[in-house]
Amino acid sequence: MNVQQALLARYAESLFWMARYMERLENLARLIDVTQTFESPGLENEAWDALVRIHADETHFAKTYGAPGPDTVKRYYLLDTANPNSIRGSIEAARMNARTLRPLISTEMWKHLNVFHRDLLEVQEHELHGDSLSRLCTRIKEGVQAHTGITEGTLFRDQGWHFYEMGRLIERADQTTRLLDIKFHRLAPNGQEEKRLEERTQWGGILRAVAGYHAFRRIAPVDFGPEDVVAFLLADPCFPRSVHLCLSQTEWHLTQLRTSYGLRGTRKPLEQIEDMRAALLERSAEKVIEAGLHEFLDGMQRDLITLAGEIGTAFFRDWRPNAPPPQAQSQAQTQSQMGSTLPEAGPAIAP
Amino acid sequence: MPMHRKDWQASHKPPIAETGSLNAGVAIIPQDLFSECDPGPFVCELSPGRAGDNGAAQTVRDRICAIGLDGLRARATAAENDLMSLGVTFTVYSDANAIDRILPFDCIPRIITASEWRKLETGVQQRVAAINCFLHDIYHERRIIRDGIIPADLVLGNSNYRPEMEGFPVRFGTYVHICGIDIIRDQHGDFRVLEDNARTPSGVSYVVENRHLMRRAFPDLLAGMSLMPVDDYGRRLREALTEIAPEGVDDPQVVLLSPGIYNSAYFEHVFLAREMGVPLVEGADLKVEDDRVYMRTTAGLRAVHSIYRRLGDDFLDPTVFRPDSMLGVPGLIEAWRRGNVALANAVGTGVADDKAVYAYMPRIIKYYLDQDPIIANVETHICREPEGLAYTLDHLPELVTKPVGESGGYGITIGPRASQAELEASRAALIANPTNWISQPMIGLSVGPTLTDEGIRPRHLDLRPFAVTGRSTWVLPGGLSRVALKSGSLIVNSSQGGGSKDTWVLAEEASR
Repeated sequence: MNVQQALLARYAESLFWMARYMERLENLARLIDVTQTFESPGLENEAWDALVRIHADETHFAKTYGAPGPDTVKRYYLLDTANPNSIRGSIEAARMNARTLRPLISTEMWKHLNVFHRDLLEVQEHELHGDSLSRLCTRIKEGVQAHTGITEGTLFRDQGWHFYEMGRLIERADQTTRLLDIKFHRLAPNGQEEKRLEERTQWGGILRAVAGYHAFRRIAPVDFGPEDVVAFLLADPCFPRSVHLCLSQTEWHLTQLRTSYGLRGTRKPLEQIEDMRAALLERSAEKVIEAGLHEFLDGMQRDLITLAGEIGTAFFRDWRPNAPPPQAQSQAQTQSQMGSTLPEAGPAIAP
Repeated sequence: MPMHRKDWQASHKPPIAETGSLNAGVAIIPQDLFSECDPGPFVCELSPGRAGDNGAAQTVRDRICAIGLDGLRARATAAENDLMSLGVTFTVYSDANAIDRILPFDCIPRIITASEWRKLETGVQQRVAAINCFLHDIYHERRIIRDGIIPADLVLGNSNYRPEMEGFPVRFGTYVHICGIDIIRDQHGDFRVLEDNARTPSGVSYVVENRHLMRRAFPDLLAGMSLMPVDDYGRRLREALTEIAPEGVDDPQVVLLSPGIYNSAYFEHVFLAREMGVPLVEGADLKVEDDRVYMRTTAGLRAVHSIYRRLGDDFLDPTVFRPDSMLGVPGLIEAWRRGNVALANAVGTGVADDKAVYAYMPRIIKYYLDQDPIIANVETHICREPEGLAYTLDHLPELVTKPVGESGGYGITIGPRASQAELEASRAALIANPTNWISQPMIGLSVGPTLTDEGIRPRHLDLRPFAVTGRSTWVLPGGLSRVALKSGSLIVNSSQGGGSKDTWVLAEEASR
């Protein structure tokens, strides 16, 4: 048992959210990249519109920009600081949390994040177009990967590390469901036979966007169908970005917190994970698609919010006794049947 | 390892001259970069040939010439970029924008000899001792007032006087655990105290970070130099905070209480928490239950015994001081009064670093310690006293007149730079309300060679040594040297274009 070093609840929450925002940044870059590859002549607006819808940003977006189009959506997600889900919004929030965490995180983590932040604030409008965009997305992805690598190599592995990892995993699972959803929005039902080849190309695009193409081809049938991709991204036990693996790892971290640090309060989040895993594995991917993939993904997103809420209640909320209760319930209630679930926001850090 | 005279001379030779001699007989002689750095009437802090300097200043000058202006500038820029990337910054707020700025770093060090340091160190210790005696006295017997050494209204009417402190004992009689004393050197070469900072003085992180920066960017300037280390501050501070914790606690939990990431000195709070190895907490992390202080952790509440607070008195506890403070901890003062937690610095120390009280400091030292000040004040005329007023009125064009009230910085008249009308206005104000005024002669601050756009030029400097007091007082060797980067300017303040220098205290000679 290692109960010597106490961890401030506020730090635990900041670690959790710093990791989430960095992971969100990487995934948003992946989403933007894949959206561009889906952009077919004449259907550009439709492709970029999907990005807005899977983030449930329709209302917020419309207020500033009106109807979605390629340029405005790109600006909204890459440059707009007023959008908390944008690249700039996420890096800003990640850095604020990192700033809070400076007594805890390594100097190398802080320095990299600080420089990366400056770099992203300098992204210019002209980088959002043509072949520059893909390069920009790669730069963002690699920036986060550098962060992840520096963290792996330098962050002290006490209980704070477990909170960091859980934030990353929960965000990653959430983003995987959104990425799958973009496909749903892009090509809803009406799958005619002649579109099959184009469909396969697009599924390949999704898999490449999550860096899963190679692994998928190793294990999937040569003549794969959508259900194989869905099964891979949701339920595969080995793929680093599958929801299933993210949940199993989160479960491990929670267990460590209980056994190595004597933290109580792990029961509820652990139960939540068990329920989610059951929901993931009890039905085949075919059945899930049949019953409605979007609804299933939306449910997963809400369950992840509940999970984050359980973790927050157990370990973070105490330092803000007057803070509103975890957003899970209230937010889930306001979701329309067909709408998407809003990404969760971190601790309020307004001055 | 102390260095002997012979070694100085060996390392004295600029390396570039040596390579020059291999170069087909063409000797490259480094340009003398100091030729236009005439200190004029002021004392230069890098002048060669000071007693006990043993050639250190000359060595530094030679090495700087060997690096050359371009080299200096390139390295200085790289060093400053490094500070920015590392976030060794303070935050300036303007129009709701927060801008992170570094404290500009000047790469030419300031050198203090071992014997100069002995005087500074003992002078600071003496001053801290007197301040603590004074605070104890005014919150208990008030002998100093009864004996007529200092006027009662100066103390009891002071806005920083805290009646809550009356009769309340602190461990070892230490009220000011962390003290920063601003010292200047005048034209005669004498050190003088300009100001005491007995509340929450900042700047110590730059002392340590500047040395680290120097080691990274200018290892060749430091090579072979035997300097007193500056790395010990965190350990000493933690020790003092442990000493003052409530009696009977075996392994006291120390924390640093910060206003949070929006405070301009947040970097320093992070630095100190790290150097001490203690949690950096904000008000919301702490909770008082049954007059005991706890911090909120992932495992629930955990007891806290000693708090280094970087929060002004007013904000500490909304139930006692400002009720609108969101930064403080309700119930903290009561927990403290019951002896369940220690606070550093104690509440109510601001009365000791007041401008008006400053003028009495030589008498305060004499009164409690029966000693003359080791470091003199700047000569100060107290206008509430008839002789002081008479002298001030007679010498108005030579003097700087300052109001003693809270609004420091405002209402200052610099005699030698004032117009006739301004002098007359000042005269009228003095006569109307003499108790509100002190006057001081204009001081020619010492200078240090500083890298500027024009080359190396003299710029005015001050020095803020930091003293840590638990059971006894320890002074960090050196301190923060602030430099006014504008030509002729006397304002070293970081918010007004000041920078800082690495401050070297030469180690004692081995043969001593």
